[in-house]
Amino acid sequence: MVELREKSPCDGLLPLSIGALTVTELALGQVTSIAPYPGQLDQVRADMSETHGLRWPAANRSQSKQGVRLLWFGRDQALLIGQAADPKLAGHAALVDQSDGWACVALEGPGAEDVLARLCSIDLRPSVFKRGHSARCDLRHMMASVTRLGTQRFQIMVFRSMAQTLVHDLKTAMEAVAARG
Amino acid sequence: MRLLCPICGERDRREFTYRGAAVAQPAPEASAAEWHAYVHLRDNPAGPLEEWWHHQQGCGAWVKLRRDTTTHQMLDPLAGQTPATTAGRT
Repeated sequence: MVELREKSPCDGLLPLSIGALTVTELALGQVTSIAPYPGQLDQVRADMSETHGLRWPAANRSQSKQGVRLLWFGRDQALLIGQAADPKLAGHAALVDQSDGWACVALEGPGAEDVLARLCSIDLRPSVFKRGHSARCDLRHMMASVTRLGTQRFQIMVFRSMAQTLVHDLKTAMEAVAARG
Repeated sequence: MRLLCPICGERDRREFTYRGAAVAQPAPEASAAEWHAYVHLRDNPAGPLEEWWHHQQGCGAWVKLRRDTTTHQMLDPLAGQTPATTAGRT
């Protein structure tokens, strides 16, 4: 009998520590994409606050409450992380389980923005990209989701199949930032 | 070049893929000459031009933007508006 063992997307790749910066893997638990059907956004918005107590995020924003996070994830799309989606939402939105689809890491430390500045073409300075802000953006040609979790902490998500590339690119950028002293 | 996505805000050109000039599609029963013009003929102006862009690395929407082709400057900024022009085009 073959025994199957669950492996996380960044298994064997993380944690990583270079200079004052660290990258660790984040276990997301249940992940569901929620895409309201045409014209149903207001209903989904109401259902979401009723069932999960979370406001539907505006573009480039996220909401979180007691370990559950709702990320804006594209036009008329959000990603519910850390809790199974309430079945009521299925009446007005397409729900897709993406729990094993994403590699998610946390980049933390002073100068985390400098690392991301080498990879992403968006302005991530704290004055512009504040806590809870979340962007779908290019990360070295990968379609990523970047969210600021704290003053020196970012959440970065890419497709699971790109986990190794993500870690490689982060490592290269972190080494370059550390080398500048 | 920076493009102004009406959903995400100002983003680098690398996040987008280009479809081309936003030319109105003729009716199915239009003449062969009209269809020929739609498929093959472009004005290629030096100045303002309406174009379709796919914000592939961002929000995933098709957006119609007006750009000055000589300066790459965005015209008629649409920031903050919901685009009515994101019908799925491939």
